[in-house]
Amino acid sequence: MTTTSIPMNAPPQTRHGSESETSPEEVLALARTLRWEIGGDFHQTLMETIYTDAARIADRAVTRPGEKPRFDLDRTIDGLVTSRRWGIPIMILMFTAVFWITITGANIPSQMLSNLLIGTIYPALQQAAAAIGMPWWLSGFLIDGMYLATAWVVSVMLPPMAIFFPLFTLLEDFGYLPRVAFNLDNIYKKSGAHGKQSLSMMMGFGCNAAGIVSTRIIDSPRERLIAILTNNFALCNGRWPTQILLATIFIGALAPVYMAGLISALAVVGIAMLGIVISFLVSGMLSRSLLKGEVSTFSLELPPFRPPRVLQTIYTSFIDRTLYVLWRAVVFAAPAGAVIWLVSNITINGTSAAQYIINVLDPIGLLFGLNGVILLAYVVAIPANEIVIPTILMLTVMTLGATNLGAGAGVMFETESNAATKAILTAGGWTVLTAISVMLFSLLHNPCSTTIYTIYKETGSKKWATVSTLLPLAMGFAVTFVVAQVWRLVFGAG
Amino acid sequence: MNTVNEKTQNGATAPVFDEALIKSLEEDSDGQTFTINIEPPPAMPDGCSSCAVHNAANLRSLGVDMTEWDYVVALAGNPNVGKSTVFNALTGLRQHTGNWPGKTVSRAEGGFEYGESRYKLVDLPGTYSLLATSMDEEIARDFILFGQPDVTIVVVDATRLERNLNLVLQVLEITDRVVVCLNLMDEARRHGLKVDERRLALDLGVPVIPTEARHKRGMNELIQAVDEVATGKYQPKPHRIQSTPPALKNAVNQLVTQLEKIVPGLPNARWVALRLLDGDQSIADALNEGRLGALANSNTSHPAGDLMAVQL
Repeated sequence: MTTTSIPMNAPPQTRHGSESETSPEEVLALARTLRWEIGGDFHQTLMETIYTDAARIADRAVTRPGEKPRFDLDRTIDGLVTSRRWGIPIMILMFTAVFWITITGANIPSQMLSNLLIGTIYPALQQAAAAIGMPWWLSGFLIDGMYLATAWVVSVMLPPMAIFFPLFTLLEDFGYLPRVAFNLDNIYKKSGAHGKQSLSMMMGFGCNAAGIVSTRIIDSPRERLIAILTNNFALCNGRWPTQILLATIFIGALAPVYMAGLISALAVVGIAMLGIVISFLVSGMLSRSLLKGEVSTFSLELPPFRPPRVLQTIYTSFIDRTLYVLWRAVVFAAPAGAVIWLVSNITINGTSAAQYIINVLDPIGLLFGLNGVILLAYVVAIPANEIVIPTILMLTVMTLGATNLGAGAGVMFETESNAATKAILTAGGWTVLTAISVMLFSLLHNPCSTTIYTIYKETGSKKWATVSTLLPLAMGFAVTFVVAQVWRLVFGAG
Repeated sequence: MNTVNEKTQNGATAPVFDEALIKSLEEDSDGQTFTINIEPPPAMPDGCSSCAVHNAANLRSLGVDMTEWDYVVALAGNPNVGKSTVFNALTGLRQHTGNWPGKTVSRAEGGFEYGESRYKLVDLPGTYSLLATSMDEEIARDFILFGQPDVTIVVVDATRLERNLNLVLQVLEITDRVVVCLNLMDEARRHGLKVDERRLALDLGVPVIPTEARHKRGMNELIQAVDEVATGKYQPKPHRIQSTPPALKNAVNQLVTQLEKIVPGLPNARWVALRLLDGDQSIADALNEGRLGALANSNTSHPAGDLMAVQL
């Protein structure tokens, strides 16, 4: 049994051997010559041919209902969520709702987890270490460093992720995300980028490394490079907790209690939107300077709306995304916790190594509305954005030397509540300006090491990996500098 | 071995408008056009018609172990057409997931039995085309091309037939052994659409089975059609892309002639020619490294051809 295809219209087959042997190279050379002869729009012609045939066959087989289509719910929803006027407002509304549910819903389970991991298990571990006579440096390294860092990441990240990812996946399952891409497509095209960049951006909201891999759907190398270089402006999952926490304790606190959740959610959405706007601007800038060229077109499939399978979605998004991302965070947090503990406890002339670095960085940080602690935290956190906030807290306590506030030098700890976190940060010299600057800097700084490595692998170029690392960092410093200077002009020393 | 059975003749005389056949009749200078109608298909080898055609060696390097299975069935389709629902309905609990070798794209495989035969079902990534512009498309394309599955099920959305047929037509360019699973018939009804699956089957030249995988309707018919194609009881006469401009046709013919010389018996020479014209580097590499030759061999010499080690 075999396939019965006859090469269509092929001249009667002459058996080989009668003339000289043909080699693959000759066939490829012939293909190249013929390609030039039939012209450059071959790909287009072929696709049109397939589309024409498909349309003809489908038309013969399908009988549509009468002339005037009945009221179609799908089409009505589609018209609304992709309309020029309402598309973007609805998008903002949807995402605000998702973040609001995440922020307000995560507090209680987060509290319970931290009570368990830090309030109960942590002292128990310390007692056990003391009971078996473990030397202080070993128990400090293992329990105060590695365990606490891990426990913090789990208790702070797990609840919001367990709420955020299923909600996000439900939107995806329902078919909403492709509509978002559709809404953004036009703007991307205007900024000289490929419309499919909207899809890789969407992916980047989950994880930038994944977003960068997904730019493979873009055929043109020029447009793909733009998509890679700007993907970091999609606020990734490692940075959501930072945004959510700072927005809750600093920005939400400015509003009356009943509005706090909503205001915090709006602040987070604002930062995410700013990221999208910046990606438009940078794409436009790149396509008019370094990466000039034509915009290519593509067809974007809008899949039908489907009622999401709620339970299955919650289960799979928990397994595939939440646990996956959490595991990654834990893998990076444990060694980072150990490093932080070491830097804080290795002393030179009675001052810790970390203290030296912070003293040097402090005046620089102040220019940008940040401080030395934050800058050092961002250096330590290059492997994973997730641990920025724990590192900041730990280093702040250390520089304050106020051991009564926390658990001692170099111990990454969880505070009892958001209010206590705020108390520590305020004692460390934080103002609303610092919170806003950190939120902006969290959006605009170098990608994590995994993402940088992915960019290097995808582009195969050290140059582009370097550009994609330094470009957002430079923008971050520029933006925070301007914001800090303007803020101080308007509100005084702040 | 039996050259041709009754079912084959039924297939050959089915009222399908086969341009390729007609063309070859026209080009026959002998004038003996009448006899050709009842001859077996021209490329018919002396192998048995019910034997599996899949390329076991290539499948192994694609990560599919065929030691306990008779036939391998690929499951292709656009995203969002209920492909995984079909997969689950066909395999039930007999499935496991992993990754494609060397890729970060996950894949599910499972199995089912029908009659005496054990079928392995491999879920391909959901794609809109097979032009290999993304990793998903490349994986799906390579599996159908190099793995030579015994049957490829293409799941299509009955409510979006036109767009879904783009993929079907591209699959039909690579392999004849296709069964179209016309899924989401319930949604089509809800939208007031009527899809004539017999008309579609005639136009495409392969079995078309209407299903509602969510309610497990049509699954038995689907398995039966797969079995008929796999065992050769049903001889597909696939549609080939037709409305090609003359300049293109000429270029394709030139290339096909050359290809036939280096790779005699290549089952999808026309498609390979189109890919080469489109500047598809992966196909050019496959040609250079002699991997296309292995495909032709496994088809003509069976089952010894299956044992040939081919490095993908």
